[in-house]
Amino acid sequence: MGVPNDEPCLTITGLVRDLGPVPGLDGKMIRVLAGVDLTARRGQVTALLGANGAGKTTTLECAQGLQPIDGGDVRLLGEAPYGAGAELRARVGVMLQDGGLPPAARPVALLRHIASMYREPRDVDELVHRLGINSFARTGIRRLSGGQRQRVALAAALVGNPEVLFLDEPSAGLDPQSRQIVFELIQELRDEGLGIILTTHLLDDAQRLADYVYIIDDGRTVARGTVPELTARTEAHAAGRELSFEAPPGLNPSVAGLEHLSFTEDSPGRYVLSGEFTPADLARLAGWWNEAGILPDSIHMASRTLEDVFLELSGKENR
Amino acid sequence: MSAPAPLSVRVLNQGRYEAETMLRNGEQLILAVVLPLLGLLALSVTPVLDAYGESRIDTAAPGILALCALSTAFTGQGIATGFDRRYGVLRFLSTTPLGRAGLIAGKVIAVLSVLAIQVVLVSSVAVFIGWRPSLPGVPLALVLLVLGAVAFTALGLLVAGTVRPEATLAITNLLWILLAGVGGIILPAASLPSDMEPFVQFLPSAALGDVMRSALIDTQFNLSATLILLAWTILGSLAAVRWFKWS
Repeated sequence: MGVPNDEPCLTITGLVRDLGPVPGLDGKMIRVLAGVDLTARRGQVTALLGANGAGKTTTLECAQGLQPIDGGDVRLLGEAPYGAGAELRARVGVMLQDGGLPPAARPVALLRHIASMYREPRDVDELVHRLGINSFARTGIRRLSGGQRQRVALAAALVGNPEVLFLDEPSAGLDPQSRQIVFELIQELRDEGLGIILTTHLLDDAQRLADYVYIIDDGRTVARGTVPELTARTEAHAAGRELSFEAPPGLNPSVAGLEHLSFTEDSPGRYVLSGEFTPADLARLAGWWNEAGILPDSIHMASRTLEDVFLELSGKENR
Repeated sequence: MSAPAPLSVRVLNQGRYEAETMLRNGEQLILAVVLPLLGLLALSVTPVLDAYGESRIDTAAPGILALCALSTAFTGQGIATGFDRRYGVLRFLSTTPLGRAGLIAGKVIAVLSVLAIQVVLVSSVAVFIGWRPSLPGVPLALVLLVLGAVAFTALGLLVAGTVRPEATLAITNLLWILLAGVGGIILPAASLPSDMEPFVQFLPSAALGDVMRSALIDTQFNLSATLILLAWTILGSLAAVRWFKWS
């Protein structure tokens, strides 16, 4: 494959997808995607972030060739994926959201079978060892835990030695141990030069794994950037940091010298200050606690997270 | 760069894998082997078929072979595909080099492989209890049995690809019982009440039963029944291609 580079491996422009006719809607079509733009590169993890129903899985299925498209353009390794031949499919690994594994199958036998579809597959034994599948190698898939099943599905996506890897909600159902194994492998594959495209509704995952993030809402790309770029966006009260503390409810949140910060009682007893803090602001806040005789139960200060950006952009409750 | 295995390797491997899966499934084995054998024994010890030939087993065996195709291609394959669709197996495999066409080809191979095993088992038992088929009719019967299997595979996929797997389970099992009982597959359509006969003879089950009996009892090519079977094969395949939903 040569030296890892950051060429695009997937380019989506203005993708439109209609589904239907939908029963109960007088046979009308629903526009599920109304303009998704995305570029994923080799050697990078590209995350699609969005609430449930935002269009992440549909975008992925259009990119994998599982669904036709109704407008715009999708290029996977330079080809239109829908109806593409076995040569293109051999270069792409897919892990579906629901796994897509036959419940009666046994993990290792299934992986060997899938490996037989490729000319030069990965070493199944090595993959099985790497993902800790040995301990349940001969247990029927229907009897595996969610995390074990996810690891088999990841192995099934990798067994063909793909150049591009699609992971739909890779951390769904993962216990902490599986999560660690899976995340380390994803990072290693990225460093080997694979282009990895994953969806998640867990912002922590995106923050931890993604080199580049696309936020999808209502079938459109609404924001894109690296995690630092996205969290540094200066909108409304967005810049800087956020400080929250817990104290008795009903305090009057007005402190001399802190007028440049937003200061609200978010929920009874939980106070939030956000804006561009200076060290002196913290001294003023502590002075106010001292005068009022308040000892907060907890104090937490952080820079803006992806979650703040996400909630602000999508205007929806997530999780 | 990753490359696919040759098409023939992919399809044959998929066929073998699906055939092994079918043979490991207990319910499938009952449907594919146990029930046809019970039917064969029942028909050879009861006088049900006495009006249609001198030897009970000679009249019964061709229809039981046709029943094997109905069991495996329609009911067994339909149920398996319905649940594979539910669990996303069809979607996943169609992202691998196997693809959708390879998946269907693999299913046909699996059905024919299991059918071959059924034919050997059922024929051996039948010969053991006295079956003496028309040997010149055997090659013709095998070709027509394959045609019947393809017709029922298409119909099974049509059901599995359009309704929920639970409904597929109910429909294909119910139709198996109805077609086996009064569908002209084991008992010739002529043996049914006279007002049913004109309708039943156009069913794929009666057509397959009739072509098998004509070939193995009378060494004859039953053209009209073959054309009916061929029509079901073509219409069933077109309908499956048109309406099969992969997810």
